Parts: sequence; C-alpha cells; structure tokens
Amino acid sequence: MEYQNLFTQVQVVAPPHHGVSIDPYDERERFGEPKLYHLFGRLGNAQLGPIYLGRLGIASLFFGIIAIQIMGFNMLASVNWDPIQFVRQLFWLSLDPPLPKHGLSLFMPLNEGGWWMMAGFFLTLSILLWWGRMYRRAIALGMGTHIAWGFLAAIWLYLVLGFIRPIMMGSWSEAVPFGVFSHLDWTAAFSLRYGNLFYNPFHMLSIVFLYGSALLFAMHGATILAVSRFGGEREIEQIVDRGTASERAALFWRWTMGFNATMESIHRWAWWFAVLTPLVGGIGILLTGTVVDNWYLWAVKHHVAPAYPYVFGTPLPDPATTGFIPPLPPAIPGK
Amino acid sequence: MKQLRKFLMLPALLAGILLMSGCERPPIEAVQHGYRGTAMDLIYNPRILAEQAEKNTVPVSSGPASADGPKAGAVYQNVKVLNNLSVGQFTSFMVAMTSWVAPEQGCAYCHNVNNFADESLYTKSVARNMILMTQRVNTQWQDHVAQTGVTCYTCHRGNNIPQNVWFKDPVQKVGNGMLGNKNGQNTPVEGSGYASLPNNTFASYLLNNEKIRVNGDTALPTGNKSSINATEGTYGLMMHFSKSLGVNCTYCHNTRSVASWEESPPQKTTAWYAIRMARDLNNNYMEPIQGLFPPHRLGPTGDVAKNNCATCHQGAYKPLYGVSMLSDYPYLTGPAMTTKKAPNYPYLNKPAKTTQKSPDEVPPTKSVAMK
Repeated sequence: MEYQNLFTQVQVVAPPHHGVSIDPYDERERFGEPKLYHLFGRLGNAQLGPIYLGRLGIASLFFGIIAIQIMGFNMLASVNWDPIQFVRQLFWLSLDPPLPKHGLSLFMPLNEGGWWMMAGFFLTLSILLWWGRMYRRAIALGMGTHIAWGFLAAIWLYLVLGFIRPIMMGSWSEAVPFGVFSHLDWTAAFSLRYGNLFYNPFHMLSIVFLYGSALLFAMHGATILAVSRFGGEREIEQIVDRGTASERAALFWRWTMGFNATMESIHRWAWWFAVLTPLVGGIGILLTGTVVDNWYLWAVKHHVAPAYPYVFGTPLPDPATTGFIPPLPPAIPGK
Repeated sequence: MKQLRKFLMLPALLAGILLMSGCERPPIEAVQHGYRGTAMDLIYNPRILAEQAEKNTVPVSSGPASADGPKAGAVYQNVKVLNNLSVGQFTSFMVAMTSWVAPEQGCAYCHNVNNFADESLYTKSVARNMILMTQRVNTQWQDHVAQTGVTCYTCHRGNNIPQNVWFKDPVQKVGNGMLGNKNGQNTPVEGSGYASLPNNTFASYLLNNEKIRVNGDTALPTGNKSSINATEGTYGLMMHFSKSLGVNCTYCHNTRSVASWEESPPQKTTAWYAIRMARDLNNNYMEPIQGLFPPHRLGPTGDVAKNNCATCHQGAYKPLYGVSMLSDYPYLTGPAMTTKKAPNYPYLNKPAKTTQKSPDEVPPTKSVAMK
C-alpha cells in the first residue's frame, strides 16, 4: 500500500541545506532563508528556498507581468469592467490577434490587434529572458544545459505559432489568440482550414513523441516505484553492487521485453521524446499553409489516405457545380 | 495521516463534481453513419431524445377538408392569397392556423372580430406574407424540404413568434473603444454552441452572402487566402447547424475531409440548399415586411426577426421527425407567386435582393489534387 500512494509517505527531516557554494555575486542574488514545509514534502522536497532571481529573472518577471496585465485588462474591459462577469466568462474571454485586414503591419489600432502585438512582444521577451536564466543557472551549478535546450524546443513551437508562421503567411491574424477557449477554437479551426492536420506527417510524428513521452514516463515511473522497496530511488550502491534494486528493474524488462534501458539511457530516451514533440510539431505547423494548403488532399496525392467504399448510394456532386439557380424574388401582394 | 486523507477528500470530491458539471450524463448511443471502422457515427443520448420527442409530435388534425363548393374568394371579402380554396378548406385552415400560431388569443390575434375583412391589424398582413413564404418553401425549395414540406406549425409550435428567431446584434461598445474588443466572438452564446467562436454568423451567412468555403481544393497552395478568422466564422455557423439539428459533424460530413463532397453523406447537399433557402426567406420574405411590425416585435437594432436552422428544426434532425402535415393542407404547396416584376407596395419599392451569384458558387472545376 505504502508504495501505491500519490504522496510521499515517509519524510526524512534534516536541517535545511543552502546548496553548494557559488561565486560571491551569485551568492548575493540567492535570497530567502530555507524552510521546511510538511505539505511540500508530501509532493516533493519539503524545503522551500533559497530562490535565485538575479537580473534575468527580475527582467523576465517584469515583462511577463506586463504581458499578463495587457491580456487581463483587455479581458476585463471586454466585460465592461464587471469582475463577476470576468470570473464567470474567463474561459471564453480572449485577446485576439490583429484582424486579417492589417496583414503584417506593425502599427494598427490598439483595439484591432495592437494590444495583442504588445502582449505578444512582452511575453516573448519574458520567455526568452527566462530561457537565458535557465541556461545561466545550469552553467553556474556546473550542470549540463539539457533543461534549457528542452525548454527551447517548446519555445520553438511557441515562436512558430505566433511569430514565424504568421510572417511567412503575411498576416498576424494567422497567430494564436491569448485565451483559454479561444486558443482551443483556433486549434480546431486551423485543422479545419488546412484540410485536417491529422494527415500532416509532422503532426503524426509529434503525436508519436507525445504519446511516447507519456509511455516512457509511465514505464520509468512505475519501474522506479516498483523497486523503491529495495532503495531503487537512491543512487550510490546501484553503481557497484549486483542484485540491487536497479539490477532487478533491468532484469524485469529483460524478461518481459528482452531488452532494457540503463539508469542513464532511460533519461536520454525520455529527453529526446519530450524535446522532439514540439520540435517536429513546430515543423508541421510551419509547413501548413506555407507549403501545403490541404493536408487531406496531400495525403491522397501521396497515397497516405486510403479510399473507403461510399455507403450512401451514389455520391452527390457539389451542388454549386450543378447549375442550381435560386428561385426568383417573389411578388408579395402585401397589405 | 488519516485526518489528512479526510481533509483532502472533500476538496477533491468538489473539484471532481465541478469538472463533470459541463458533461452530459450517459448513456450514449452511437449509430453507424458511414463505412465501418471510420468512426462515422451519429452520437445520441436516448434520455435527451426522449425529452425532445414530446416537443416534436404533430398536432391533432381534423383531416383534409373538401375542396368542393364555393370558393373562399367569392364568399368572403378581401381574401388575397387563399382565394382559390373552398369555403370548407378556408375555414378549417383558419382554425388550424389559429391553433398553431395564436392558440391563446384566437381569431382576434389577426382579425378585427367585428369585421374579419378589416386590414387594421398588422398580424393579418404578416400572416398573409407568411402563408406565401410557406408556399414558397414547399414549391421552390423542395431541394431542402423535399415532399415533406412545412406548415406554420413547423416553426410556430403554438407561439406567436417562433421560439428560435434571430436579430442583428447591436455593435458592442466596451472599454471606451480603446481596449477589450471582442470582435463579435468570445461570448458563450447558444448560436455558436457555447464556444468562443464568432457569434454573428447568422447575419454573415444566412442574410448576407459571405464566403463559407474556406478549404483549398488543391493539396499545395494555389491562391486560397481564406484566413483562420474566416474559418472560425464558418466553424461557428456549423456549430449552429449541429445544435439546431441535434446532430454531430458526421451527420453531414465525412470528418476526415469536411470539404469533400465525394465522401460526405448526402445530408451535406440538403444542408447546402438550406443555407440558400434561409437567405431567400430572410431577404425576400422577412426583411421586406420589417415595416409591418410594431417596434416591440423588432430586435435591438430595429430589425425584423429572421430565421435560421433552429427556427424549423428546433433540435430535431428533421422538423417533427420528418412527418409531413401537408396532406391535410394541400394548398400550402399551391403556387407561390414568382415573377420578376415586383408589385408596387411601399415596403417592396427597394429592389429585392437575390441569392444569385454567391462567392461559394464559383469553383466548378474538378479537384486538381491528383495533378
């Protein structure tokens, strides 16, 4: 039972740790006296802090808050500053990209996309600064920069959707709105407009990596939890001893699949699957509308989409091609 | 530990209920509507269908009246549309129409009860135009209504004004015009299926002739410039179709290629005519009689009530589940007057709009996808 729980059952309590020493400047930027919180310990580490904010972090938060404020106040204004309606309709409210008539113009009325341009600019700035912070903190700790590159894969997809593809299409109106339901409706409309995104091979690949990520995550999580009764989540003795938890886990997969990941390679697989999800997804988005206009017809052309028997008798032709003439306007005897 | 679990149980339960509140309670029945294994299914909830069934029953009829005997036009004064009916047909139709449209107010809703030939009530003039509209639908729009046809009851169902009509939305003015532009969307309304899609689709597509087709008919870009914005408009209209007919997309579309005619169920063609029919009725029958209505019957911008799919369908895939009421009222399929020459009535003086030459009807070329 103990090991089937979502929450950490046993918390090892030790004095809070400040972390390894770094150079004096960075030391100064690290603030907050570390504290232990029992509830945090149920989910992860019980220790909160210290936090390193630094110049990049402060700049990122500053621009991020500006972006969120622009979105939020536009949404609030769109319900006539009514806080109750703001909460009730929050999921429907949206800050929409410029109208199609403005094309790629940088200057347009604030209420026809100008606010969206500003929000997008500040949000992008904020995200890129946060990326710089991720990169710099990893270097400062002497770590590899894998996390930053993983984050950049997601940023790539974000930039394709909101910046690169709109430029290639010649219209900011192609970009995604800032809003909960509105961005979902955008997604559905995008697929409808370009003849079904499921026939986009890069979308297919992206789904493979997305579901693959979930599968790998589930397998890895389950494996480590299953051997945690033997100390499988701890590192040291796994390296030198035979018959440890790690050995059992490896043996389990050799028995069931004939092949197993190693303690190192499983994380390599997971990292690549995760990174490739937005990477190939972004390529698929970038090709849509720019290189391919109708993915279904593209798939028919390249024998990807199979033909199925038509079960409704004889297919009816497009009525617009059958010479249909609407009835003439009537004469109404009236009063 | 136990305490914490109890402590967490309540919020978890509440969050679960909250998440489920937008869902429809099962059971769900899937009816195959396409080739096997292609997920071409119609999704129904028998419980909701049962609730609707009562709404869609055909009212009791006294049967067809005899067409023999003197004509109504000869016996009664001032009969302009139904003058070729026998007196028996005419009076039975008047009784039926009263029960369909004004069951509470009775004859007095349209007639001056001291002089039935009197023209003083606007409702009488409107009713006359609506009879003509019904005849128009039954004679000119059989591409959509087939032989089933419509009667007053199809839309009215015992109400003076059909329950599902639409008016133009007033121009939204928020945030001093400086911020908070909703651009005609992002408001949960029934018309767009409670999505954040554009909600002014009726005026765009069922009154005006805006382009509905957004898909390109070639695999590679060959000049189709339809925007995502335009796509969302079409999408909003389609959500209205779906809500009005109580069906999902696969009723009309093979959803692997929504634009394809070759692969779609024949219902897509029926719906294509429906769009033209709604435009015809709104432009040629509703808009011209705007002046007849008193202000309280007009919309927020002073426009006349107009129809959309829901006006007749009211949630059913076919109004009244496809039961025809015309056999008892054969004169409703009588000749709807169509002539190019509009007579000289004050509200008809402006040139009548036509539904010819829609931008949708341009591309007659066959698909060039296989090039």
